[in-house]
Amino acid sequence: MRAEDSISPIVPPEEKQYSYLNLGPTHPATHGIFQNVLKMDGEVIVEAESTIGYIHRAFEKLAERRPFYQITPITDRMNYCSAPINNIGWHMTVEKLLGVEIPKRVQYMRVIIMELARITDHLICNAVIGVDTGALTGFVYMFQQREHVYEIYEEICGARLTTNLGRIGGFERDFSPKAWAKIEKFLKEFPEVLKEFEKLLVRNRIFMDRTIGVGGITAERALNYGFTGPNLRAAGVDYDVRVMNPYSSYEDFNFTVPVGTQGDTYDRFMVRQAEMWQSLSIIRQAIDKMPAGPNHADVPDFYLPPKEEVYNNMESLIYHFKIVMGETDVPKGEVYHSVEGGNGELGFYLISDGGRTPFRLHFRRPCFIYYQAYTEMVKGSMLSDAILTMSSMNVIAGELDA
Amino acid sequence: MESSKTDAIISIIRQEFESEIVHIEQPYQLLTITFKPERIIEIIQFIYSHSELQFQFLTTLCGIHYPDQNQIAVMYQLHNLRTNQRIRLKIFLSADQPQVPTLTGIFSAANWMERETYDFFGVTFIGHPNLKRILNVEDMIFFPLRKEFPLEDQTREDKNDALFGR
Repeated sequence: MRAEDSISPIVPPEEKQYSYLNLGPTHPATHGIFQNVLKMDGEVIVEAESTIGYIHRAFEKLAERRPFYQITPITDRMNYCSAPINNIGWHMTVEKLLGVEIPKRVQYMRVIIMELARITDHLICNAVIGVDTGALTGFVYMFQQREHVYEIYEEICGARLTTNLGRIGGFERDFSPKAWAKIEKFLKEFPEVLKEFEKLLVRNRIFMDRTIGVGGITAERALNYGFTGPNLRAAGVDYDVRVMNPYSSYEDFNFTVPVGTQGDTYDRFMVRQAEMWQSLSIIRQAIDKMPAGPNHADVPDFYLPPKEEVYNNMESLIYHFKIVMGETDVPKGEVYHSVEGGNGELGFYLISDGGRTPFRLHFRRPCFIYYQAYTEMVKGSMLSDAILTMSSMNVIAGELDA
Repeated sequence: MESSKTDAIISIIRQEFESEIVHIEQPYQLLTITFKPERIIEIIQFIYSHSELQFQFLTTLCGIHYPDQNQIAVMYQLHNLRTNQRIRLKIFLSADQPQVPTLTGIFSAANWMERETYDFFGVTFIGHPNLKRILNVEDMIFFPLRKEFPLEDQTREDKNDALFGR
């Protein structure tokens, strides 16, 4: 028996007093603007309550007044760690509404971009888990790789973080030889860094002690809470939109869906780590199988004509103005389209009343839905584990608040 | 979605809730059933636990305002992850005092989704454990996603929408 066990508690349990701690809204360890009011018993969390909405920008309302192509930059600002997935998801939703056939080449190019985006998303999340356990070194090396991906985006669309990448119907232009070279360079260099990063953390005793059994959730609870993406897969459910409802020719590629067993921080880390390897393999396959063809579909109502034609051709000029002024009506319809975003099923529920703007647009934001489980997941854990649980769930403030 | 599967789902739901069904359609191959609002939770419980339906994943839930009919629709979208079958359920409520029982008893995920719907449309979910605003400030007095709520400052004169093709 240890000495402290023999001492009877000074305060009887029923008169026990708790302390309250405001974790956030601007706390350096929360990586975003979230507030959690924690009821603490010493260093153990007894109860938690989350407050969200600090960067709410009313995207769903804004979208009701914008022509379809102007909604793309709104989607950037949801999950800004993997903005191209949001952009392309939105383009595909509109294309589904319009019933447009997309050329194979565009689909493969999209797959490359989306997988690059997935890598950056997972890379940041995993690097930050490292930081929160005290390993800053890996973070620095991983972040440099993100920079290389952003250079690829820059080469393709000119922007880096909020990309506004692609158009309804395809891409503005084919990837330049320089962009291809940069993708090749990334595919060559990134595996080395990823391997090093894995060596640093995966079998690291300190890291394992900090993450195994921390912030776990069972598969049943995760499903009931509407988890999707790596967080659900870490709990052992192999639901992946890319496999279950393949879009953009994902059925052409061979890849596995990594799953965990415990649903804890370590499993979430490992699932994301494994997914990065899968993404690299998908990109490789897409480059190898890249078909020839046009870089956009034939949708003159939405796809801007080339500038030379606008100056020299009457029809092109008319289309140019109609698109830029948002004059094009879209068919009536009600459509739901989802893609596998960095954090899970990113859905677009669009109702069009036949006008030039959506009648109603609802975003199914995976973060918003799974973050509500956070209070349940941290109950009974230590404060430092709560920080780790949050970073391993990859809660992105922009997507949470929309 | 294969039509035979959909037909099977429709017939199972019809058997149990024939009188509750208002309308069935399939926009873009997604089965959409509009119900009368009174027994919606019972219906969702039924398709959740029925051995052949098993819609046990709540994909999303949102409101839609129809100002011309003075109605607010609540849309529930569920997913059967075993058979990869999706279903969308809709109910229409009066926009004056929209009320519907909460779904939180079946899906924990519905908690924040319902709070969001309350926040933006003013739909009261009876029995919800913590029905308060979630994304907007708590002392807000209107429901901003309703159509009558203006997007921009209406007193401004330097912005003429007609000139910008809106």
